[in-house]
Amino acid sequence: MSKKPRQNKNVKHLLMDNSVPLMFIVICAICIPLSGFSPSYLINEIVTRLGRNLFLVLCLLFPIMAGMGLNFAMTLGAMAGEIGLILASDWQIWGIPGIILAMILSIPISIFLGYICGTLMNMARGREMITSYIINYFINGIYLLVVLYMMGPIIPIMHSSIKLPRGYGIRNTTSLLNMRQRLDDLLAVNVGGVKIPVLTFLIIGALCLFIVWFRRTKLGQDMRAVGQDMEVAREAGIKVERTRIISIILSTVFAGFGMVIYLQNMGNMATYTSHSQIGMFCIAALLVGGAAVDRASIGNAFLGVILFHLMFIVAPSAGAKITGDSMIGEYFRVFVSYGVITVALVMYEMKKRSVKSRTGQLLAQAQREEAAGK
Amino acid sequence: MTNNSAPLLQMQNIKKDFFGNQVLTDINFTLEAGEVLGLCGENGAGKSTLMKILFGMDVIRETGGYGGSILLHGEKVEFATPFDALAAGIGMVHQEFSLIPGFSAAENILLNREPVKWNPASEIFGDRLSTLHYKEMEEQAGKAIKKMGVEIDPDMVISDMPVGHKQFTEIARELSKDQLKLLILDEPTAVLTEKEAEALLDSIRRMAAQGIAVIFITHRLHEILAVCDKVVVMRDGFVVQDVPARQASVASIAKWMVGRSVDAPSGEKAENRENGGAKTIMSIRNLWVDMPGETVRSVNLDIREGEILGIGGLAGQGKLGIPNGVMGLYDAGGEVEFNGKSIPLNSPRSCLDASLAFVSEDRRGVGLLLNESLEWNVAFPAMQIQNKFLKKIGFITWRDEKAIHAVTQKYIDELAIKCTSSRQKARELSGGNQQKVCLAKAFALEPKFLFVSEPTRGIDVGAKALVLESLKKFNRDSGVTVVMISSELEELRQTCDRIAIVSGGKIAGILPASESSEEFGMLMVSQVK
Amino acid sequence: MGNTNRLSDGKGRIGSMVQSFGLPRLIIAGFLLLLFILAPFAGVDLFMQITNVLNRFSWNAVMVLAMVPMIHAGCGPNFGLPLGVVSGLLGATLSIELGFTGAMSFVMAILISTPFALLFGGGYGWLLNKIKGGEMMIATYVGFSAASFMCMMWLLLPYSSPTMVWGLSGQGLRTTISLEGFYNRVLSDFLQIRIGQLVIPTGALLFFALLAVLVWAFLHTKTGTAMTAVGSNPAFAKAAGINIDRTRTLSVIMSTWLAAVGILVYEQGFGFIQLYTAPLFLALPAVSAVLIGGASVNKATITNVVIGTFLFQGILTMTPTVMNAMIHMDMADVIRTVVSNGMILYALTRKMEGSR
Repeated sequence: MSKKPRQNKNVKHLLMDNSVPLMFIVICAICIPLSGFSPSYLINEIVTRLGRNLFLVLCLLFPIMAGMGLNFAMTLGAMAGEIGLILASDWQIWGIPGIILAMILSIPISIFLGYICGTLMNMARGREMITSYIINYFINGIYLLVVLYMMGPIIPIMHSSIKLPRGYGIRNTTSLLNMRQRLDDLLAVNVGGVKIPVLTFLIIGALCLFIVWFRRTKLGQDMRAVGQDMEVAREAGIKVERTRIISIILSTVFAGFGMVIYLQNMGNMATYTSHSQIGMFCIAALLVGGAAVDRASIGNAFLGVILFHLMFIVAPSAGAKITGDSMIGEYFRVFVSYGVITVALVMYEMKKRSVKSRTGQLLAQAQREEAAGK
Repeated sequence: MTNNSAPLLQMQNIKKDFFGNQVLTDINFTLEAGEVLGLCGENGAGKSTLMKILFGMDVIRETGGYGGSILLHGEKVEFATPFDALAAGIGMVHQEFSLIPGFSAAENILLNREPVKWNPASEIFGDRLSTLHYKEMEEQAGKAIKKMGVEIDPDMVISDMPVGHKQFTEIARELSKDQLKLLILDEPTAVLTEKEAEALLDSIRRMAAQGIAVIFITHRLHEILAVCDKVVVMRDGFVVQDVPARQASVASIAKWMVGRSVDAPSGEKAENRENGGAKTIMSIRNLWVDMPGETVRSVNLDIREGEILGIGGLAGQGKLGIPNGVMGLYDAGGEVEFNGKSIPLNSPRSCLDASLAFVSEDRRGVGLLLNESLEWNVAFPAMQIQNKFLKKIGFITWRDEKAIHAVTQKYIDELAIKCTSSRQKARELSGGNQQKVCLAKAFALEPKFLFVSEPTRGIDVGAKALVLESLKKFNRDSGVTVVMISSELEELRQTCDRIAIVSGGKIAGILPASESSEEFGMLMVSQVK
Repeated sequence: MGNTNRLSDGKGRIGSMVQSFGLPRLIIAGFLLLLFILAPFAGVDLFMQITNVLNRFSWNAVMVLAMVPMIHAGCGPNFGLPLGVVSGLLGATLSIELGFTGAMSFVMAILISTPFALLFGGGYGWLLNKIKGGEMMIATYVGFSAASFMCMMWLLLPYSSPTMVWGLSGQGLRTTISLEGFYNRVLSDFLQIRIGQLVIPTGALLFFALLAVLVWAFLHTKTGTAMTAVGSNPAFAKAAGINIDRTRTLSVIMSTWLAAVGILVYEQGFGFIQLYTAPLFLALPAVSAVLIGGASVNKATITNVVIGTFLFQGILTMTPTVMNAMIHMDMADVIRTVVSNGMILYALTRKMEGSR
């Protein structure tokens, strides 16, 4: 008799915990038939977007592991990656070597920015997310300064093809035509009309393996400990601040690699805007996959990219079918991205508070029982 | 006695003062390997300060170090940090759990001391990238758990554990350290059920049998008698007794704990106004309060009009929960009747409307607006509750700054609050003066009934006397019923007419203030849980 | 001996002044002063610049004022400003849709936006009460969500006024709507004072002053005092019998309404209604303006608003012209982003004063 409600509760819990992915499955299920896209087109698109975005989404896992929440400042890494690509293309190193060079160039910049970001977040403990969100805008200003004004007079740029006509600063779009999908095409396999970028997936697989391995290292263990209770970790002698900074640096460095992978797939780069929305979309994708602010897995990232981008692809044309205006779908997907982040943040904060109040409720309950017993 | 076997621990003439306030004076005791020492004393007797000194906590160094010396195996030691103490073989289990909720028992036991395996990455990037040796971890954790003689699954996650298992996990963490010679347990049974506590006592015996010395701090005196070899009782920073446990009884320990202190003669309150005929102004029935650490269970209490009632008891027994529950600051249930009218619980507003007032023990957290002026602090509740200090200009009601200034100035003079002006920020005052501001705030409400919680905590002797005197004066002159909650029995005996002792969340008894200390002592430990 | 003492005293005083005012604020104020001094040398017309600064001040000050009630009640700066802006936009578009013109359309826009602001603000306040301690981030995303939801609504709601909808399809609002014939400069031109090149938008400044005095007056009433106490120490306020949730909700509603009025004032100066994604990025400039003015994330005054808006808008208007004239480089964007976000970062990373 008592077993049934508990089972119900479990089912309810399962539904509650996965409410966001389920909602997206429903949205996609409604929108796919409306959009009129063929399955093969959709699969092709999803495979492309997995290769393009998954690496970026995965780099969010490190700060979550260290309890620092959603790293809105992952754009710092993206900017580092972009600077790497600008330099590599200016030096006319193309193809795979250019991609690798861009990644290598991004590393010191990422480490530097990640260190600043981690230090600031340590100073703003308890407010990490809003701080990382503002850092992202702040560093964007610095990026503008470097790319728009210092590239040319201070940082030598040889080729006028990427320079603005006025003689300094980089053009609004940087062509990466000579790197376009080089990574994706190498070792690519065609299965039933779907191009599978095997090498890109291998790289992503390597990152997944790294994450799995990393969790089992001493540093990974420390990071998880810091993430769950900073004070206990500090008492045990773990260097809390340093560990937190390392997690941000890791996230930033991998975001730099991820951005290079992302842009080689796109084939050109909007110099001043392509990083600006990337953080928001990656975070939204991760949350759609069922992650929370304090808990995320590789599975969440994988599922999230599929569902989020499926919605992204089908929403405009489905919206157009319903209302006759394609803009509706565009706005809808932006709204959904913001909405899903809002919901995740609210749920996280409410959970934090309910954990606190539940202990109190239990105590009161015990007393009531005792009182009733008398 | 041979000299080559120096005792494991010797404390010699330990002294400590916090900014001139002497909290420990000439503490001496010794402890042999494999011995269990029961340390007891009222709160504020100096137990935790002593343990902090022994454990090398930062606060001690930051507040000017200590006098005297600590000898381990006959050699003088001085710990700069707790990590030094750990390295020397001293382990401490604090009252609050210090565990990572999402980790398993094994992971917690070996936190930051995990056995690791070499791999190429660790060669290049340092030890932090070596992988954990999970099998080894489980073994080591299992061994530590076995030392206690209890059954805990090393793979079990902390958040799924009952409280007792968490406590054992903490102890196992200390036991897993090979160098451990001395274990300090600070009220480890406070959160345990009877059965769990029994198991813990068993494991203390086992540890002692393995040659580990244990310092066991507890308020449950029968536990001391059950497990300890010797008992050290502290009071007011002195060791008042150091005897083998078999020569002590619950009654004698209780007596030593609260015994008459030398320089504070009791019974000073000459006119004992034992006035059984006065009418009951507040009656509390079946009150329970969910205040973390100060839980109150089915309290029944009648307070007579015009009296000063003291509420005493050991910390954590629930004496603070009573005023906080009645005044609606913590979740509470039961019935409270004031002046014949029922007062709804969990509603600070209706209490204040009924002319009750409360001076909280948490001065900086609840009592004051630290970043606002004294004027605001004094006038705020009276303004909000009774619409005092307001004036109407046009159809808007404004703050009456002049009236606020006047009333604040009045209390600054009356209570001799030291400040530069009534516009000074509350944060900038000393503890004693902050306490006076809290009193002024309550006085400004002109209540019929006043709860005062720990009015002298953390303030110097001069301010203490002034605060107590002004409370008495307020009671006498305005006929206000005062309920004063304090950990210091002597202070209660000097100020109050009757004293209720809270123990185990319940009222253990009410005695006239003139009753002997021993009687109070027995009540304090009577129902400790 | 006495001399050195006094000297070190003086140093200490300057030091503590710098500390209380905040180094970044001093740098910003100094920078603006430098721009004013350099302006004549760079061949920039100073009076025109001052006119510009005054104008921009009058457009933006009300939105900065919208930060004050929420900060006072301890809800942090109103990062959810777009929510209030959206109610203002609803008021503006409905007022035009209903056929009001001239000054009347401005009055009606305020009146119509008020119920929306109350409703949205109430819901927003309720949500913020559920997540005390995490206000800033959630407020930001509530603002984003609301603004992006309204993007869809602007297309779908059955507006029909030909001045507002797309000409071709006859439905869906345009991205920018001209206010010519409606309330364009209705406040700025009221009692306008011209002294040579210097033009003072008296009406708009007076309107801001009126709202500022109202907020100031409110903070001196009983409820306003309670609001400050709630922000300063919620536990104290609770013990004094204040209903914390209700007070916080009230502050959020006030902030939201001020934001709604703020965008209307901005529009009357700017001359256009901007819809769709425009409201998304209004919050950060307003937040940093009030912080530049000397506020912290839990303390703000009207003076902070005035000083902050003046400094922030001053830098915004002066940098492009003066810098351009001096070094032929338009670095305004960089300076704006670095200054405004740097200021917010500075405020966030400072140790919390007070209870939280």
